[in-house]
Amino acid sequence: MSKILIRGAKVLGGEAQDVLVDGETIAEVGSGLGAEGATVVEADGRILLPGLVDLHTHLREPGREDSETVLTGTRAAASGGFTSVFAMANTFPVADTAGVVEQVWRLGKESGYCDVQPIGAVTVGLEGKKLAELGAMHESAAGVTVFSDDGKCVDDAVIMRRALEYVKAFGGVVAQHAQEPRLTEGAQMNEGVVSAELGLGGWPAVAEESIIARDVLLAEHVGSRVHICHLSTAGSVEIVRWAKSRGIDVTAEVTPHHLLLTDELVRTYNPVYKVNPPLRTERDVMALREALADGTIDIVATDHAPHPHEDKDCEWGAAAMGMVGLETALSVVQHTMVDTGLLTWAGVAERMSHTPARIGRATGHGRPVSAGEPANLTLVDPAYRGAVDPAGFASRSRNTPYEGRELPGRVTHTWLRGRATLVDGKLQ
Amino acid sequence: MMRHLISAADLTRDDAVLILDTAEEMARVADRPIKKLPALRGRTVVNLFFEDSTRTRISFEAAEKRLSADVINFAAKGSSVSKGESLKDTAQTLEAMGVDAVVIRHGASGAPYRLATSGWIDASVINAGDGTHQHPTQALLDAFTMRRRLVGRDAGLGQDLAGKNVTIVGDILHSRVARSNVDLLHTLGAEVTLVAPPTLVPVGVEHWPCEVSYDLDRVLPKSDAVMMLRVQRERMNAAFFPTEREYSRRYGLDGDRMAKMPEHAVVMHPGPMVRGMEITAEVADSDRCTVVEQVANGVSIRMAVLYLLLGGNEPAVTHSRTEEK
Ligand SMILES: [Zn+2]
Repeated sequence: MSKILIRGAKVLGGEAQDVLVDGETIAEVGSGLGAEGATVVEADGRILLPGLVDLHTHLREPGREDSETVLTGTRAAASGGFTSVFAMANTFPVADTAGVVEQVWRLGKESGYCDVQPIGAVTVGLEGKKLAELGAMHESAAGVTVFSDDGKCVDDAVIMRRALEYVKAFGGVVAQHAQEPRLTEGAQMNEGVVSAELGLGGWPAVAEESIIARDVLLAEHVGSRVHICHLSTAGSVEIVRWAKSRGIDVTAEVTPHHLLLTDELVRTYNPVYKVNPPLRTERDVMALREALADGTIDIVATDHAPHPHEDKDCEWGAAAMGMVGLETALSVVQHTMVDTGLLTWAGVAERMSHTPARIGRATGHGRPVSAGEPANLTLVDPAYRGAVDPAGFASRSRNTPYEGRELPGRVTHTWLRGRATLVDGKLQ
Repeated sequence: MMRHLISAADLTRDDAVLILDTAEEMARVADRPIKKLPALRGRTVVNLFFEDSTRTRISFEAAEKRLSADVINFAAKGSSVSKGESLKDTAQTLEAMGVDAVVIRHGASGAPYRLATSGWIDASVINAGDGTHQHPTQALLDAFTMRRRLVGRDAGLGQDLAGKNVTIVGDILHSRVARSNVDLLHTLGAEVTLVAPPTLVPVGVEHWPCEVSYDLDRVLPKSDAVMMLRVQRERMNAAFFPTEREYSRRYGLDGDRMAKMPEHAVVMHPGPMVRGMEITAEVADSDRCTVVEQVANGVSIRMAVLYLLLGGNEPAVTHSRTEEK
């Protein structure tokens, strides 16, 4: 493999430096590095980050290849600066056996655009009744360590307790989609002022918060770690903050869309804003940003949820929930967190690479940008300004809430173990 | 210029008064031997009903026919609602047929708004009830009925409902009629009080331009109009209230309660009534109950709305808004 010299890149937003990649590894970081035999990338003061890691991606394969495949999803990931994605288990069939997780893992290997780490279902068929073979999935070639019934909540307290306990044997973690099912029957949007007016079924904050409160207490009781998916309310932030102050081993993620969008957008009845958990209020958005800044929320995860056009080109009630997010995540984070002064680029690297890799035990990812480390890298042009154009997405689906919206920043290059997957914004 | 009628909240006071005044003119047509106007001759109106509602459909149909429109009734099956393409596909089919207006009833809140704003169709869209969102012509016919009874048929012309106290009782949470009425009555200057058990009032109601009470008996003596909403018995299975009997006892309108109302006050109901639940037969059949008038007034209101939205020469609804400025 050849050498690459990334010249004049602000590593983690710091001073401009040169980074020399040799084969799959970072060979040297310094200034005035020689370019002999290397392909030179003039970074011109762009930001160099460790390759981004997404702990929450829906790749849809197997079963819904009309909306995304492992190949198209990993291309979208590379476009967005990701070198590792965790693929959620709610596929058809559900990723609840060693066979299915190995299939997804193998498809990821073949794609070559980014590493795919399958997430295993907690319960058989995501039904919340019976534990899936968590150990077998961990032992499989896919080496699953993150388990989630995402899309559904593990609502049975006993099943949740057992899952939390069981995965301790191999250092696993349960990622909970916190949604009390009875409180959210027929839920269509955040329950509050806007839902009252629009006459859409409410998804109350308490349905999320009550599950998070229960699960952090369960995690404390059995001495396990627990991860909270897509935390979306100010109240959830308070609970996680309290749990951390007690020393409970809890981590939490927030999606880019919950950092930016509010339920006011639902007034358009445009299902592109329909997502689960739903868009909340301005107050929630501000609390989430603050919590991400102060570390109460550990990471940003996209909850990239592709849906075919027809599932969104309809009335609100009939539409599918979810938004694509891989290709806009970093821009939204720059817009909401960096440009607002809440987070440095080093903080972004922490929350979008180091920490998600650590939570998911993604070896080789989320490493420092320094000599001897795997060359998983993302180069970002923070000065770029442009309107989001879904027609240019690598994802098979176009269900973005940002169409036409001007967002800052653009990923220009992504390297996966020294191999360029994205060059000047073009997939390789 | 307003081309659609999606929500009662979209109407200004002057829009609404113009519709009510126009409806009075339309009502006079009903008194004539030939109950027809040529206003919409050559225009095609489709009644697109994704939910069964014979009473609303025939009310619109009567209005359309009295205005000489060509009428198409399109009853989409309820089950098609579950698969979303049907609304778009149906819209495009109607567009290809060159319809001028679509009267839509749909189980999903927001479906008429989507139809009007998604570029699927060019026709005017009239919301005939969407989910638990809005039913603007119902609110208009209710306001029309109140104005006639409380202000007067002729005296009411050009007038709103300023200072009138209207009480709406029942399942507010699931009611598009309540939402539409709160919006419109507020616009027309009335004071609205909602009465229901707390379980049947939406979270967020504190931002509505109205009062909320859990005590019907306290509110009745100061009410000029009491609107009883239908309460579905099935709600009690979802624990909204313990039993039908308890609901009736606390929130139903019977003769004794009606006696607490001022003498001039009227009892209204959008229908269909659940006798013995929210209203007793004694009240439903009394002179103070306007249910039958509301049905007749519904045709006049719908004629007025169709006429103003499609009338061509005459100002459409928002036109008056611009003139007033
Ligand atoms: Zn989820």
